[in-house]
Amino acid sequence: MYYIAKRLAFYVLAAFVAITVNFFLPRLTPGDPASTIVATYSTSLNAESLAALKAAYGLTDEPLLQQYVTYLGNVLRGDFGRSLSNFPAPVMAVIGAGFGWSILLGLTSVLLSFVLGSVLGAVAAWRRGGWFDRLTPPVLLFLGSFPYFFLALLLFYVFCFKLGWFPMGNAYSSVNPPALNLSGIGDILLHLIAPAFTIVLVSLGPWTLNMRNAMIGVLSEDYLTLAEAKGLPPRRVLLSHAVRTALLPNITALGAAVGAVFSGQLLTEIVFTYPGLGYALMRAVSAVDYPLMQALFLIITLSVLAANFLVDTLYVLLDPRVRTGGEA
Amino acid sequence: MSLSESFGARARRQLLGSIPVTVGLVILGALVAASALAQVLAPYNPKRATGGINEPPSLTHLFGTTGQGQDVLSQFLYGGQNTLWVAFSIAVLTTLLALIVALTAAYFRGWVDDVLTLVTNVFLVIPGLPLVVVLAAFLPPGPLTMIMVLTITGWAFGARLFRSQALSLREREFIAAAEDVGESRWRIVAIELLPNMGSVVAAYFVNQVIFAITAQASLEFLGLGDGGQITWGSMLFWAQNSSALIRGAWWTFVVPGMAIALTAFSLALINNAVDEIGNPRLRADRLLRKAGVRKPSATLMTPVKRDA
Repeated sequence: MYYIAKRLAFYVLAAFVAITVNFFLPRLTPGDPASTIVATYSTSLNAESLAALKAAYGLTDEPLLQQYVTYLGNVLRGDFGRSLSNFPAPVMAVIGAGFGWSILLGLTSVLLSFVLGSVLGAVAAWRRGGWFDRLTPPVLLFLGSFPYFFLALLLFYVFCFKLGWFPMGNAYSSVNPPALNLSGIGDILLHLIAPAFTIVLVSLGPWTLNMRNAMIGVLSEDYLTLAEAKGLPPRRVLLSHAVRTALLPNITALGAAVGAVFSGQLLTEIVFTYPGLGYALMRAVSAVDYPLMQALFLIITLSVLAANFLVDTLYVLLDPRVRTGGEA
Repeated sequence: MSLSESFGARARRQLLGSIPVTVGLVILGALVAASALAQVLAPYNPKRATGGINEPPSLTHLFGTTGQGQDVLSQFLYGGQNTLWVAFSIAVLTTLLALIVALTAAYFRGWVDDVLTLVTNVFLVIPGLPLVVVLAAFLPPGPLTMIMVLTITGWAFGARLFRSQALSLREREFIAAAEDVGESRWRIVAIELLPNMGSVVAAYFVNQVIFAITAQASLEFLGLGDGGQITWGSMLFWAQNSSALIRGAWWTFVVPGMAIALTAFSLALINNAVDEIGNPRLRADRLLRKAGVRKPSATLMTPVKRDA
């Protein structure tokens, strides 16, 4: 419990840092972008919204500290101001629509690549030196060298455009999200396959290689020799003795990977015009919509922190050493 | 099994060990040389329209033309120049920053270490791309912004890696000996610790070049680069922007994309070999193979017969 409380305190601190960076960034960058933004939008906005925009960027006469306290309060209440490109929609409404789709795509691909990579790595280490073991690392390295969005472009071109196996973008066929009946779920899954496959392909490498290397380490441990000497069937030795221990470093990496995969996912979404947060981010960048950009940064960061905390908690359940109070 | 067969198998395995490094070096060398000689090799001005729109590869335009009628080959060559020096600078700076943080933490220990480790961990847990996007959006676009932003966001993993390496080295006897002799603190760090971290630092540096190339391309693809500058990332941005995919102009994104992927792949191949040299357990595989053991397996270290 002490361990979990310590991790929780750390993530709260990290969230606090992210929020603070977000607050000071537009106020401290050279050239005063804040007034530039206000100037850009001053012709298209009415007096009331201009005042709101100025307030959001600290172009008020209040002292900085007071602005900061107000800002913290707003963030805690989930109020991130209004989107400039979709004025006067609040930023949270714009983000909320994409959040669910990003979570669906992200969870599917992270879990798939984690499971698939761990299995491949375990098999490679078990049959060490075999053709599978010699072929897998370079192939995965090659795939992992592709930037997410480039592999996404290739797969989009081949499977969605040339072959027409998968739909060209979006998360569903109809104008509105379909009902959650059999055909609706099927439709959503069909739209999910191509982007999820892209992310799995690129992120598979580290899982496999880490698992393989961890397995090689574990396989030379004495307790495995004992397990074999006891006469346990090889399958049992592999699954309940070797894999269970070798999986731990991979689970630690799961936390770190969530952030990286999420970053790659944002770009993948753009290529497949998947209506998640990445797509919202691109629209924010091209419309120079700073409030939307900043809110996206915070929301994504907070989600990643939450995911990390979940992984840490999971780790406690799996590794008895952590449970009894030792350091992770 | 006949003698010749086992000899062939052995020779093949030994070759396979060195092939990845050679392949990596050849690809990387070719890409760097081609980019460095862009001024000589490029057949056209990369910014001018020198052909029709989206012309497929032909003898006059070996890699085809873009949606703006520019020569893709010339863009690829000049783009390599701009991409590679920025990536290299980012890798140098992040490695230096990571080393400074790690060695300071490892040296002073105590609260300095606690604070630096905490800062490192915070930077590690905040997702990179969204932070980079927010940072880059507030700064004027260009290579300097790119270098600054990716350096700020890219050093943390290295600091953690180097710190743990330095801490384990600190426990060694030769450090204790140096302390007993009365060497100064900074001399111990610079003369005793640093040289022993060489292989870790080298591997990290190579990884950072990969990180810098892909991160840079990602930002430019999002439209956060300097659109007027030709880089591999901005080539992809323009390809996406001119709907190259739906017009079937595959050459406009396959060329820069493959350039990025091949650079990263060649570096990864080199790095993997370096890793294997530095990690005795992984190396054991190769040594056993050299010694003529046909199928090295973990059981060789603890002799238990697996199959009945």
